[in-house]
Amino acid sequence: MSKLSIRNVEKTFPGRNSTAPTRALVPTSLEVADNDFITILGPSGCGKSTLLRIVAGLETPTAGEVLLEGKAVSGPGPDRGMVFQSYTLFPWLTVRDNVCFGLRERGLPRAEQLAIADRFLAQVGLKGFENHHPAQLSGGMQQRTALARALANDPKMLLLDEPFGALDHQTRELMQELLLGIWEADRKTVMFVTHDIDEAIFMASRVVVMSARPGRIKCDIPIDLPHPRSYKVKTTPEFAAYKERLTEEIRVETIKAVTMER
Amino acid sequence: MSPLFTPLKPVAPALRTVLGIACFVLFFLGWGIATYGGFVKPLFLASPGDTLTAGIALFREFGFAEDIAVTVWRVFAGFVMAAALAVPLGILMGAFKPVEAFFEAFVSFARYLPASAFIPLLILWAGVGELQKILVIFIGSVFQLIIMVTVIVSGIRSDLVEAAYTLGAKRDGVVLRVLLPAASPQIFEALRLVLGWAWTYVIVAELVGASRGIGHMIIDAQRFLDTGQMIFGIFIIGVIGLITDLLFRALNARLFPWAKGR
Repeated sequence: MSKLSIRNVEKTFPGRNSTAPTRALVPTSLEVADNDFITILGPSGCGKSTLLRIVAGLETPTAGEVLLEGKAVSGPGPDRGMVFQSYTLFPWLTVRDNVCFGLRERGLPRAEQLAIADRFLAQVGLKGFENHHPAQLSGGMQQRTALARALANDPKMLLLDEPFGALDHQTRELMQELLLGIWEADRKTVMFVTHDIDEAIFMASRVVVMSARPGRIKCDIPIDLPHPRSYKVKTTPEFAAYKERLTEEIRVETIKAVTMER
Repeated sequence: MSPLFTPLKPVAPALRTVLGIACFVLFFLGWGIATYGGFVKPLFLASPGDTLTAGIALFREFGFAEDIAVTVWRVFAGFVMAAALAVPLGILMGAFKPVEAFFEAFVSFARYLPASAFIPLLILWAGVGELQKILVIFIGSVFQLIIMVTVIVSGIRSDLVEAAYTLGAKRDGVVLRVLLPAASPQIFEALRLVLGWAWTYVIVAELVGASRGIGHMIIDAQRFLDTGQMIFGIFIIGVIGLITDLLFRALNARLFPWAKGR
């Protein structure tokens, strides 16, 4: 049985002020196996974030359903941890209390919260920053905290919506290695949305390419690169071959998207 | 163009203080020239010296300290009552749109009812005692404050709320542990502004049917054409306003250090 089943999910946003409704997603189906790391790759405005938000329960599909371990998703919940593209740490809480947030909502004793928070903060390399406030951290550190915060809840799945999109290139690559390392260690099922081809290939066990609006799944490519992967894999011929293929797929869609906008 | 007058360029702290004091100096200088120079009759405008003498006499002979205490108490009581109703209601209106839909039109209407116009009615209802004065301040502040708090809470970043949901927060958790702390610094700022308005209402309330208070003193002084006392009374209100403003700012910085520089 799949960990996650997306079944004929579609989404149409109603038009505002007599504009036509926007069809963000045509009926889409996708199966995600347990321990899979899938990246959803597509040009901007292809509905990839909408698909992820539907899985998160933050958006209700116009039709179709999402099943997590066989149970229908009806709203957001701690079983699907999410990291957003925008910085969503609670600015009034310290780094440690941000990571404790979900545990506290669950009613865990404080001592247990702290033990878990410190473990995950160590895992993302933020030991020593527990008492900082988010405003005192760099963008990369904020997203690492957000990752620790999502992981601390021990979710069944991790959903990431272009979490490194606002970071500079070098930080982004380090973050990819960090996330991949965490995944290699405990193989939590991950769904990762991005428009960056290198990022999509480097971390994924499967890359799902989405087409320009209205969004639909165009192709689904398993990435057969050995684990543990180091950043050096990015310069191998195998990686280049994947990149060449995906570049073609994405290019066609981007051109379509751009011409539609005119 | 002078580098000092580059748009949005900050000034050095020392220069800032000097400029702030310079404005006061100019004000007193203008006042002094107008009165000591004989340009304005003492009946219409007392000189700074005469105002100070009148002020000393007020404290020594007329128990002005008690008037100040009474007025401060009235402002405080009316303002606390208004805040005690407006802050929770504003939070509910901001968080829950049906509550907002129910109250918004009425509050927007009531906001335009001038508090001073209620004085005759309030005298009829509550007599000329303390309650009537306090109610004027309450009516003058409460509706403004409700609207301001509602707008603040409505404007809280929705991605923070979404993040809380994906971490397992339920409705109450989102209101109490996301919306409330996120809105607190701005609510505090709104209280500071409305407190300033409360000061204008208390004086209006004291001009009619009061036996004590700064407003009553000013009316009393008018009867004897003592412009020095009148000006001193007005001046004292400004000084108290300035002090409470500084206190509020200091408290805000102390309570919400994480919001600094926003």
